[in-house]
Amino acid sequence: MMKRITSRLIIVLSAILFMGTAYGVIDSYEFSTPEQEQRFFELTNELRCPKCQNQSIADSNAPIAQDLRREVRRLLNEGADNQTVVDFMLARYGDFVLYKPRLSGVNLVLWLGPLLLLLAGLTVLVVVVRRHKAVVAESTQAVPEGQSVEEEALLDQKLNRFLADSLSERSSEDKETDGKE
Amino acid sequence: MKRRLQLFLPLAIFLGLCLMFYVALFRDNPGELPSALLDQPLPTFELATVKNPDRTVTRESLLGEVALINVWATWCPACRVEHPYLVDLANKGIPIYGVNYKDDQPEARKWLKTLHDPYRFSINDKSGSLGIDLGVYGAPETYLIDHQGVIRYKHVGIVDANVWKNDLEPRFRHLKEKALKATANNHEEEAI
Repeated sequence: MMKRITSRLIIVLSAILFMGTAYGVIDSYEFSTPEQEQRFFELTNELRCPKCQNQSIADSNAPIAQDLRREVRRLLNEGADNQTVVDFMLARYGDFVLYKPRLSGVNLVLWLGPLLLLLAGLTVLVVVVRRHKAVVAESTQAVPEGQSVEEEALLDQKLNRFLADSLSERSSEDKETDGKE
Repeated sequence: MKRRLQLFLPLAIFLGLCLMFYVALFRDNPGELPSALLDQPLPTFELATVKNPDRTVTRESLLGEVALINVWATWCPACRVEHPYLVDLANKGIPIYGVNYKDDQPEARKWLKTLHDPYRFSINDKSGSLGIDLGVYGAPETYLIDHQGVIRYKHVGIVDANVWKNDLEPRFRHLKEKALKATANNHEEEAI
């Protein structure tokens, strides 16, 4: 039983492991060097298909993705470097085609936004913790821990004595004034 | 009092997010990309026309007037929907050029014959290379170019009376006035 589960697990895990290499590309392009082929796969996986918006052009079978793969291959065969290919796509389809947005202009919001939010969260956290600490410190100062029982007893004593004193005083006063109490 | 207001801060943030998501969810056209080619000159090309395969047209063939460039194909149902309106526009005297995008040529010729031809000419972009240079990612798409062949506006999707009135016509008129002024200035300079 255990063995079967393990072997199944291995199959699933290895399937997941090799998933990345199962590109959707079905064109049979030939490249002059393996290095060029490698770059083709890298580029087509990094560039986003403009029509089918959640797929790379390597992943998509839309006609536009096929055309764009053809263009990428043509540029590579002409000896273009990766940046030239990316610029070619950018000039036609804009920032949208990049899965990894450039660090400029409006994109800075994307890059720095999460960082700013994190900082804001940390600031709030620090402020809240500090305030809480201040409140706790104040309350412990007023009634120091460990002495509270003794102190309470002492206070009770004092209070009782005071009450008794004032009562006896008052009763003697009352007797003097109208004797009705 | 200040403290009490602070308590409403999370609610305010939450409502702000709600508003943002609501707007994004009900945008007119969620798939629409801003064109990277706005205010860029038309790409160069050298292609045959649909009706006459022997006739070669280039970028220069599109210059001289403020015009629409409509990307169409017979495999595109939305193109068929907008076609009658394009015919109307052409009858009003609006210059329209077609880009027949990755299409079967006999089918395209039949389409122009049976549904009327609103185009001055249709460029046969069999391989889709002009489409890529224009940043086309589907059909129909309609570009507005000025008299010097600079792309000034791009509409993705069907052109109907609404789109024409609200998006295209004001820009078309504005560009036309600018073109008129430019030519008037040129004439003056020539006269001097």
